[in-house]
Amino acid sequence: MSTSDSGSQSIAVTVTVNGEAHRLHVAPNTLLVTLLREHLGLTGTHVGCDTSQCGACTIHLDGAAVKSCAVLAVQADSCEVLTIEGLGSIDNLHPMQEAFRDCHALQCGFCTPGMIMQAVDLAQQSSDLDADAIRQGIEGNLCRCTGYQNIVEAVAKGASMMAATNTLAHEA
Amino acid sequence: MYVSGGMTLIPSMKQRLAAPSDLIDLSSLPELEGIEQLNDAQGSMLRVGGLTRHNEIAGNALIQQHLPVLGRVAAAIGDNQVRNRGTLGGSIANADPAADLPAALLAMKALVNTQDRQISADEFFLDLFETALDAGDIVVSVDFAPPQQAAYEKFRHPASGYAVVGVLVARYADGVRVGVTGAGPCAFRACALEDALNQQFLPQALDTVAIPDAGFNSDMHASAEYRAHLIKVLTKRAVASLLS
Repeated sequence: MSTSDSGSQSIAVTVTVNGEAHRLHVAPNTLLVTLLREHLGLTGTHVGCDTSQCGACTIHLDGAAVKSCAVLAVQADSCEVLTIEGLGSIDNLHPMQEAFRDCHALQCGFCTPGMIMQAVDLAQQSSDLDADAIRQGIEGNLCRCTGYQNIVEAVAKGASMMAATNTLAHEA
Repeated sequence: MYVSGGMTLIPSMKQRLAAPSDLIDLSSLPELEGIEQLNDAQGSMLRVGGLTRHNEIAGNALIQQHLPVLGRVAAAIGDNQVRNRGTLGGSIANADPAADLPAALLAMKALVNTQDRQISADEFFLDLFETALDAGDIVVSVDFAPPQQAAYEKFRHPASGYAVVGVLVARYADGVRVGVTGAGPCAFRACALEDALNQQFLPQALDTVAIPDAGFNSDMHASAEYRAHLIKVLTKRAVASLLS
């Protein structure tokens, strides 16, 4: 049994990430974002503000978009996590990723993984997404570069591509 | 300490504003789940489990049919990711002075069910982050009385999404109830506004009602005076929307 900075014992966490089951021992106060980035090396999920505002840490937990910096790793025990790495790959982009590329919906790219994960959740919740609904839907994701206009277009385009090809989040 | 959605507790722990030695995760308790009508009679109470996520409330068919205003209140909380995790029980147990749901409980005659007792909303919210819950109490469910008409108007902080002021106006056969959040240390019923609206359910009926700002929150977002002003503005808007 290992000790950690918190001075207490480790807890076993079993979590399925991008379809692959993992059993890890973590300090009880480990955040889910830390488990993903540092224990599993999935650094596509970003820590931006660390105060639940910016959404750069957004992943899917049991199919719903959540801010992984505000979830303890142990709360994800027995759950399924989908990160940006599980959504698509460079050789097989998810429609939402294609839409973000086509619409130039990123500049530095720091907000992009979280933005795309939230956009996919949004598209799964509703097929009727006008610009207002999209702007409201991405309120939990901040972008400092683009001014959001191209992001809104990308989300609309990605949502209709998803509907047209019947693509859900887990089909990369 | 219990953790439900954790949307306030985890960020508080990260900022060292809370440092519980142990956390008990309520999320796998089936007793805390579900939305049901208490009986089939017209206007019967709607029971919402304490673990219900805000987005679950917003999208629930029973709520849309019998208590749509609650869905709108839940849909106005925070942002989508927060709404996928945050829960009814956690929100009211925490009783943030700017949380939306407390105004809804007060306006809709809510009854809070713990493991061993029932607390009416009027007795639930006591002071800043202080409720009638004792240590160890769990919000198992909350019962709401469907109003004839209701509207929620919220002056939303553009960054945090919290209510600078939020007002829920609910009309019942036996009178109007006005739940206010964001203005004081906890949510409260605006009795002076209720009295005026019971005389005459019109926005103009509130013109002469004074809202004293003593004890209201004053911070970088809004002064106490402005919050008092917002209460009247939002109540009038809610009334107007119900009349149109």
